[in-house]
Amino acid sequence: MFQTADMFKAFAPFRGNAVVIPGRGGRHWINVSDQPDRDVPLGDPAMGGHASFSFGLAMARPDEKIILFDSEGDILMNMGALTTIAEKEPKNFYHFVLDNGVYATTGGQPVPNAENVQYDVIAKGCGYKSTYSFDNLEDFTNNIEEILSKPGPVFVTMKVAPEVENTPITQRVRWQKKTRDQTIADLQRELGPRKA
Amino acid sequence: MADQEGGFSPQTIIDHLKANNITHVVWLPDSETNFLYTLLTQEPSLELVTISREGQAFSTAAGLSVGGAKPVILIQNTGLMESGDSMRGWAMGMNIPVVMMVGYRGWTRHGVDTDTAATYTEHFIHAFNIKYYLVESDADADRIQVAFDLAEKTKQPVAVLIGDEFHGFVQR
Repeated sequence: MFQTADMFKAFAPFRGNAVVIPGRGGRHWINVSDQPDRDVPLGDPAMGGHASFSFGLAMARPDEKIILFDSEGDILMNMGALTTIAEKEPKNFYHFVLDNGVYATTGGQPVPNAENVQYDVIAKGCGYKSTYSFDNLEDFTNNIEEILSKPGPVFVTMKVAPEVENTPITQRVRWQKKTRDQTIADLQRELGPRKA
Repeated sequence: MADQEGGFSPQTIIDHLKANNITHVVWLPDSETNFLYTLLTQEPSLELVTISREGQAFSTAAGLSVGGAKPVILIQNTGLMESGDSMRGWAMGMNIPVVMMVGYRGWTRHGVDTDTAATYTEHFIHAFNIKYYLVESDADADRIQVAFDLAEKTKQPVAVLIGDEFHGFVQR
C-alpha cells in the first residue's frame, strides 16, 4: 500500500503531453502537475462516471493520450463500462485505479468485499489486453514507462492508503483552483478543433 | 416493409443524425429500436458505442462532447429513469448539448396505459426540468430538429420521446 500523493509525484515525470483526469486524487495531482490546462479535475459530477467520461474523451481525441485516475468505488458503481471500453479499444486510453478499499469521502466505510476484489482480473475478464496491479510504490515507479508505452486501453490498479474525510460536505474546502466550466474551456482551447 | 400510415421510419432518424453532424450514437439496444440497429451499422459516418447501463450514456456523451465530437443518446425510458444522477451530473451539470432519443415503452394514445414505465416517464423528465418532444410517426419528425436546435441553444440535454413502442419502426 502507498500514498496517493507519492504515487502522483512518481508519475508526474512520465506524464508527457497527456491529458490527465485525476479523479478523486485530484487534490494531490494539482500540486505536482506542470500542465494545468491539460488537467481535467472535475471533482465528482456523479459517482461512477469518470471511466465513461474519459473513454468518451479518448474516442473523440484519438491523437491525444488520455490518462484517468479512477477509484475502485467508481468502478464498482459502473463495472459494465469496462466492457464498452474494452470493445472499442481506444489505443490512447490509460485507466489507473486508486484502490483504497473504502468510501473515503463518506467516512471510510469499506466497499463491498474490499479485501478480496481483484480489479485487474475483472478488467482482464472484460477484455482489457494489458492489466497491472501494484501494492508498492517502487514496483509502480519501475513500470510507469512500460505502461505508458503500451497501446491502450491499459488498466492499472494500485493499493493506496485511505484518506478519510468526515467533515460534512457543506463544510469541506474546495481544492480545485478553477471552476468546472473554466477547466473544460481551458482544455478545449489547449486541444484545439477536433479533426473530422 | 412498406410505409404505413402513422409509422416511423428508422431512416428518418438516420437522416436527422446525419443532418446534425452526429459522430457517435451512444446506445443501449431495446426492442423498438431493433430495426434501427441495422441501418446504424451500415452508416459509415456514425460510430456506435454500446453501453451496458443507461447512466453510462451521459458520462460517455460528456466525454465525447468535451472532446469536440457530437454524440446522440439512444435509450429506453426505463433506463432513463435509472440514469437520473448521471444525467444530472454529467449532462446537465457539464452543460452538454446532447439529444437523447428515448423509446417510450408503454406509450399509448388510446385508453389507459398499463405499463408503469410509461406512467412515470414524463413525471421523471419534468422533475429534471428537461425539455422534450413526443414523436410518434414521420409526420412528427420535424420535432427532432427542434430538439437538436434547442440542445445547442441551451447547452443542455433535450429528449425526444419515441412513442412507437409496440409495433416497432417501419422501414421505408
